[in-house]
Amino acid sequence: MIRSPVEQVFREQHGRAVAVLVRLLGDIDLAEEAVAAAFTAAVATWPERGVPPSPAGWIITTARNRAIDRLRRESVGAAKLAEAALLHGPVEPDEAGPVRDDRLRLLFTCCHPALSSATQVGLTLRLVGGLTTAEIARAFLVPEATMAQRLVRAKGKIRDARIPYRVPSTADLPARLRSVLAAVYLIFTEGYTASTGDRLVREELCIQAIRLGRQLLELFPDDPEVIGLLALMLLTDSRREVRTGPDGELVLLADQDRSRWDPALIAEGQALVRRCLARNEPGPYQVQAAITAVHSDAPVGALTEWGQIRQLYDLLLSLTPTPVVALHRAVAVAELDGPAAGLALVEELALDRHPLAHAVRADLLRRLGRTGEAATAYAAALAGTENAAERAFLQRRLFELRATGTAVSATGGAPSPPPPGSSWCSGGRATGQ
Amino acid sequence: MTQYLLSVVTPAEGAEPPTPDELTGIMARVEAVQTRVRKAGAWVFAGGLAAPSSATVLRPQGDDVLVVDGPFAEGKEYVGGFSIIDVGDLDEALRWGREYVAAIGLPIEVRPFVW
Repeated sequence: MIRSPVEQVFREQHGRAVAVLVRLLGDIDLAEEAVAAAFTAAVATWPERGVPPSPAGWIITTARNRAIDRLRRESVGAAKLAEAALLHGPVEPDEAGPVRDDRLRLLFTCCHPALSSATQVGLTLRLVGGLTTAEIARAFLVPEATMAQRLVRAKGKIRDARIPYRVPSTADLPARLRSVLAAVYLIFTEGYTASTGDRLVREELCIQAIRLGRQLLELFPDDPEVIGLLALMLLTDSRREVRTGPDGELVLLADQDRSRWDPALIAEGQALVRRCLARNEPGPYQVQAAITAVHSDAPVGALTEWGQIRQLYDLLLSLTPTPVVALHRAVAVAELDGPAAGLALVEELALDRHPLAHAVRADLLRRLGRTGEAATAYAAALAGTENAAERAFLQRRLFELRATGTAVSATGGAPSPPPPGSSWCSGGRATGQ
Repeated sequence: MTQYLLSVVTPAEGAEPPTPDELTGIMARVEAVQTRVRKAGAWVFAGGLAAPSSATVLRPQGDDVLVVDGPFAEGKEYVGGFSIIDVGDLDEALRWGREYVAAIGLPIEVRPFVW
């Protein structure tokens, strides 16, 4: 997609500009408005006069001047104070200095634990990512009015409850950073897994999440989970083109055309996996990234190192002992020790209401030739799945089962475990979280 | 500075009330938190409330006022006590809130005053 220079600057610098203006103005709405006015001015003047040498600096200075103009017009007491701060505050974006902090501040404010995770995600996309309320609403399949209300309420709470605009203290930082990482990953999985809705908007979510992941890595180059999250997103995203077929139906990892995986993303992701694992402080994102990296190493599904994958799931299970992780581990066990061994593990899990569990059970039963039970399990999985791509996949499997009776071919291949976050059933995104 | 109301969310039913011994322990821990709040200069007011069954509600009715026996709403939970603190932002308020949770073992609602 070819983008105009203004659009490109908007995508890359919106968050930064809003972050600086929030600090100068102490008000999110005013900051958003001023930055929007500056971009409108850019659209009007850049094509004629050319892009200024420091586009971000131009946007921030213009937004600041717009805000001063507006505050002067509305000569209110409080506005005067804000104006004074504006006139005396630092302006020029200095990558190493306050701007870096501003971006972080904004991200930590958007992802404050006193806000619900849905709100954190919406605010981050709006303020840091510059998506419109309509785009965010489309991406999350809620009416625009609902999303608008959620954002207004969130900004009201930030103001009224005085959610601070600052980087948390060292004591709070690790926990607060986890909440930021979770919001970023939620943005990514939302973009990657769902198939309904506007495809372009969904791709935009993945792009935004990866961009945020890169920014976080700039800001926390030594945090292994920050590295792990970016690696996980890049490696997962490398398969985006082939994870669905021409009709939008889900294509399992084992059946994907691996020659069409994006080699640049894989190389970058694998390098990051090596970098974080070298620190020997394993965390859930790192381990999930490592699992995804092992899949990326196999030129064809049959050459997958299932032994390594099972070991990594053992580690993940010790870090995040959830039934969903145990389910993914069972899939790896089935590859190593046969479907009966995998099935025994699945039956032990209390996942009756989890569609992914039914889908895994169904596949293992199918491979064991227990067709009737497999069909029942596919039907149970279908009943709990809303995602259109996943439904299409499950329906096809069910149809094939019924068409072939007991003589089920095994050509469908192994039920490769979805890389975490790229579920083939709606619940898969919970992996490791 | 902003004042925050820290309410103790107390279960109305289902949970066993603390034994006298437990209550003594809770009160001692709450006292210790209060002392730290005062030392930090954040203390405004605090108090424990009698059971909701002791409440009386006054409702406007035309020019008159109706006196009603009982709390304004029967709920699964009620405000059993509260503390008002004066701090810089929500993070500080949440920090004190955590201390009260640790002392009492019940949920604490943290809510800002507007004036």
